[in-house]
Amino acid sequence: MESIGVLLMCPMYSYLEQELQSRFNLFKLWQQPPSKITEFLKSNQRTIKAVVSNARVGVDAQLIDSLPNLEIVASFSVGFDKIDLKRCEEKGIRVTNTPDVLTDDVADLGIALILAVLRKICPCDGFVRSGKWKDGDFGLSTKFSSKPVGIVGLGRIGSAIAKRAQAFGCSISYHSRTQKPLKPYKYYDNIVDLAKNCSILVVACSLTDETRHIVNREVIDALGPRGILINVGRGAHVDEPELVSALLEGRLAGAGLDVYEDEPEVPEPLLRLDNVVLLPHVGSDTVETCNAMADLVLANLEAHFNSRPLPTPVI
Amino acid sequence: MAVTGTNQSPPALSATAHDGDDSLPVVLIHRFPTFTGSLFPSLPTHFRLLDLLTTDASNLQSATAILCVGPPPPVTPEFLDRFPSLKIVVCSSVGVDHVDLPECRRRGIVVTNAGSAFAEDVADYAVALLIDVLRRVSAADRYVRAGSWPVKGDYPLGSKVSGKRVGILGLGRIGSAIATRLAAFGCQIRYSSRKEKPSLPFAFYKTALDLAANSDVLIACCALTDETFHVINGEVMTVLGKRGVIINVGRGSLVDEKELVEFLLRGDLGGAGLDVFEDEPHVPKELFALDNVVLSPHSAVVTPESIGTLQDVVIGNLKAFFAGQPLISPVID
Repeated sequence: MESIGVLLMCPMYSYLEQELQSRFNLFKLWQQPPSKITEFLKSNQRTIKAVVSNARVGVDAQLIDSLPNLEIVASFSVGFDKIDLKRCEEKGIRVTNTPDVLTDDVADLGIALILAVLRKICPCDGFVRSGKWKDGDFGLSTKFSSKPVGIVGLGRIGSAIAKRAQAFGCSISYHSRTQKPLKPYKYYDNIVDLAKNCSILVVACSLTDETRHIVNREVIDALGPRGILINVGRGAHVDEPELVSALLEGRLAGAGLDVYEDEPEVPEPLLRLDNVVLLPHVGSDTVETCNAMADLVLANLEAHFNSRPLPTPVI
Repeated sequence: MAVTGTNQSPPALSATAHDGDDSLPVVLIHRFPTFTGSLFPSLPTHFRLLDLLTTDASNLQSATAILCVGPPPPVTPEFLDRFPSLKIVVCSSVGVDHVDLPECRRRGIVVTNAGSAFAEDVADYAVALLIDVLRRVSAADRYVRAGSWPVKGDYPLGSKVSGKRVGILGLGRIGSAIATRLAAFGCQIRYSSRKEKPSLPFAFYKTALDLAANSDVLIACCALTDETFHVINGEVMTVLGKRGVIINVGRGSLVDEKELVEFLLRGDLGGAGLDVFEDEPHVPKELFALDNVVLSPHSAVVTPESIGTLQDVVIGNLKAFFAGQPLISPVID
């Protein structure tokens, strides 16, 4: 297998990198100066048969076209919105992702964001560290248990979030492309009605043309000045400038964000707000899950190059 | 509570019934002089409230009920001596470690606490602290706000919550609520308690040490008593291990704070989430620089919902007492 060229799009996870290095002929794209990339791809285009990408760095048509022997794109993520699936399909290129192994981590983080925003965990911690507790109490925060939770996207992650929120006595409702009759939660066929009927709106769907900016001004207004928005999907799910102005103007009570439209850039006004929690896209960033994701990427590559069925194909 | 040697009287409470309606039953208010928070707004409707720190001693002889408000003030034998007719001490907290329970029992004085008024909020808070410590939520939030993400790159990995072995110390109302929540995360729940609860599907361990040996996380939410003072000590921390996490939403003194700080500084403990401390509001400064620690100013119960429910419980207990009815939340030793 050492002769099979694998292109790694960006630094991801040291264990994954080491394994790819030992099993394949690994090319690290980020080690090429930008001006030399075309040349680099041209000189290695015969060897490179696989690309490993992730949530941040995708695989566009231009890259696909510059690698004529590309057979498989294995993404170190469950989302594949940055991969040109159409082009891959046209060229018969397989695409795999890492579903299931990260579901728990992302769901855990969704609940963590809800709790952190409502119970003001981060400002409380800052209050203690700054020594202010000696001068007086922190004040009130907002209860989570029993609040109505609305979930956008009731796939693996959305369902896992629902299961956890239920244990807090929350009522669960959702909006999804299609209703899920086996799920015991209230369904809304449009997101505005969902937002009207919950006080915590959680985005957990995949990013497609239909769901880009699915959380817009209308949805934010429906959620209202006592509502909070949690995003563990993709930054592009939310009209970010609208979100920022809603928060600044008090038209939304708070937000917990793990993703942004232009990572790693975070809108500057948010950095000063006490009613938001800002995380640097750490949804699946635990040692346990990254190991499992890496193993899945490797399993997909090994299966493909040994002509076995792929464990987790997208196409 | 003696006022320290100035001529100034202690600051008055922001809501007492001052003279109030003579026909209403009398309730004495017991508090630290530094606590001047507004009282439960509905109290004066039902009772004539007399603030112990500003009331004439002659009024106290016939009083039968005392209500503790704010940070729990001590109820000692000397304190009880001042109220020969006292029959009930109503507490605004779940913890009654500030009350000399055997002494009250000896004098036929019943004690009530907050019952289940706070259970959900405290349980939510314990879970919040736990996920924060394991997933580094507060630390990562600081990282983003400091502008470090574009400059330093991705934040270091945290530790998965789902599936962790969670040992709950004290499986009362709060502990049970924590167990229900974390079970939905796929955590493996085990517990230690004064008495085993065979009807619950969780593994029981007789001692905190055994519990620690079989847990990745310890959550302290039991009552503070002579037996549970420093129940989480150096030995327990050693057995819990270098990746172990301690969450405390009970009382500061459930944990040997000095040991905890040393274990954390040496890297012999994985992290801690603390809402309570041995000497509030003082928090060991050495913890401020640590990213695997989440600190909170005893805020687990401070939501409008809990305070509202607490008021219902307090009024309910007092009304029941004066009407000779069964109390809502008597502390049964």
